[in-house]
Amino acid sequence: MAEFQSYTMNFGPQHPAAHGVLRLVLEMDGEVVVRADPHIGLLHRATEKLAESKPYNQSIGYMDRLDYVSMMANEHGYVLAIEKLLGIEPPPRARYIRVMFDEITRILNHLLWLGCHGLDVGAMTIFLYCFRERENLMDCYEAVSGTRMHATYYRPGGVYRDLPERMPRHLAQRDAKKVSGRDKALDEGRDGSLLDFIEHFTRRFPTHVDEYETLLTENRIWKQRTVGIGVVSPERALNLGFTGPMLRGSGVEWDLRKKQPYAAYADMDFDIPVGVNGDCYDRYLVRVEELRQSNRIIRQCVDWLRANPGPVMVDDYKLAPPKREEMKEKMESLIHHFKLFTEGYCVPEGESYAAVEHPKGEFGVYLVSDGANKPFRVKIRAPGFAHLAAMDEMVRGHMLADVVAMIGTMDVVFGEIDR
Amino acid sequence: MSSRLESMAEALRSRFDGVLRRRESACGELSYDLDASDLPATAKALHDEEAFFYTTLIDVCGVDYLGYGQAQWRTEAATESGFSRAVEPDASTTRSASERERQAREQPARFAAVYHLLSLSRNVRLRLRTFAVGENPPLLPSVADIWQSANWFEREAFDLFGIVFEGHGDLRRILTDYGFIGHPFRKDFPLSGRVEVRYDEDKRRVVYEPVSIEPRTLVPRVIRDDNRYRPALRAEAGEGANGAGQADDG
Repeated sequence: MAEFQSYTMNFGPQHPAAHGVLRLVLEMDGEVVVRADPHIGLLHRATEKLAESKPYNQSIGYMDRLDYVSMMANEHGYVLAIEKLLGIEPPPRARYIRVMFDEITRILNHLLWLGCHGLDVGAMTIFLYCFRERENLMDCYEAVSGTRMHATYYRPGGVYRDLPERMPRHLAQRDAKKVSGRDKALDEGRDGSLLDFIEHFTRRFPTHVDEYETLLTENRIWKQRTVGIGVVSPERALNLGFTGPMLRGSGVEWDLRKKQPYAAYADMDFDIPVGVNGDCYDRYLVRVEELRQSNRIIRQCVDWLRANPGPVMVDDYKLAPPKREEMKEKMESLIHHFKLFTEGYCVPEGESYAAVEHPKGEFGVYLVSDGANKPFRVKIRAPGFAHLAAMDEMVRGHMLADVVAMIGTMDVVFGEIDR
Repeated sequence: MSSRLESMAEALRSRFDGVLRRRESACGELSYDLDASDLPATAKALHDEEAFFYTTLIDVCGVDYLGYGQAQWRTEAATESGFSRAVEPDASTTRSASERERQAREQPARFAAVYHLLSLSRNVRLRLRTFAVGENPPLLPSVADIWQSANWFEREAFDLFGIVFEGHGDLRRILTDYGFIGHPFRKDFPLSGRVEVRYDEDKRRVVYEPVSIEPRTLVPRVIRDDNRYRPALRAEAGEGANGAGQADDG
């Protein structure tokens, strides 16, 4: 039989562990990866070019579809960039609502990551556990915006509307008496407002995180698959453009929520977890601790929002639609409404870059405006793009099975990488 | 934040005097222009020297300045006589000579790359804009040997804008399809693209055809700088940034 040194293997684009449409061309030496060449762009939708052809507000919905597991965090980056150009500041209540939903989004994202990463590496149960809690948070999205995922809830100048007074229930009130047991558990915690439901969630969530940790943290197989895999030194992590948990896993204490606070993060009390070894296991520990910290932040927001009612949108009809009742009475309001929804608003000439601490890292939006009602150029800086670019460096010398662990630890989502 | 920004601006001024040109209208962010020939040395210094330590390259963004500041509706002259209703896709407003002159000064070339840097130790961001030399193809030096993260960002700018980064070892397309022709984010590339694909029953394969979609404008591009939007007038109305609310306060 002929001797051969290396061969090329195609991984994806349809592979259950590829987290979407990643095509990896792997050069293998036996079972060891010599070189990895990720081919991306299979989900490219030209979001940035589409945004250039629409008034500013009409692109908020596209932002949800970038990283489609952390929707509101994307919106936040985009509306912050617009607000910076317009020179406006949303009311405090809107800022707290944004922080609360950013953290809900972080939990949503990390739960999906934890479930799928576990599944890739061979743990089945964790997936079911994570999706149980995700469902509750999706309901919060639905209660506030009407959709479970693509909310379009953040607007330049605030948020679309205030938090609802009643949390939607699975069962109608009149049926609630008839059913019992398991069905009734569906509506647990849904007797009051959305804030009551979120508080109920924050009370039980730490126990759930303990459950996830019981399944994985000391699990022998889990540790064998993740400890010492994909080690990135802090210097390399910076040079590779890592941000978020990927950077913190390497031991660099960097979090935009602390270092360059936006919205209401300056008022929040929370800690930044950092790793030591920079391997997959440390990044796992960082993200799990972030679940707990996010829970803390949500709890603080709930308390503040309870005590401080107020407007959630700037009072400027050039940017925010007037109230329905006013439109029935006042000509001015009707005109404002019409102009806002047909033409939009013009943004002063200039450029701005706004970044948020997205669950995956630094999500930034760079806007160039020439004074028109549409952006001249929108550039979306997706954290996953820089992380996936490091794939080649990270997998070299590892086994084929570790590639799957590496894709998992990067938390790649192709909505944002391909844009 | 502002003191950090100011001390960094001061350090940049003393170190790179004449190389970096400060830009206004940047929402209080540090934003500079520099020549393409100065880019490699400046980037190296910004990365290595202790006063800056811009160890992370956050982003590289290609920009095509074709049609900058042009709208599809005339607004200024029409404020008193009323607005036109029609949209002609190719027509653009005529700009004053001073406007054109200002733009020629600010944007000496069509293509530019914008670099966003982040210094973790100083906790300051920095934006550099460099205009590409020439147009066919636009050329810029690569910074991928200084920041590894530039590798893919430059590939993206090459793919979408056709900017060629000299010294980049692996300048391939990244986001578009295999065998794609053209650079889709250029302003003269149609939004609907040039080709569409479908499965051909007879040929039993996927075929490429010219697009059948008619381009259309849903919302015209409008630049409003007429007297209702002037900040001075709105402030005079007594509401500050809240000029629109004035009618509804009573």
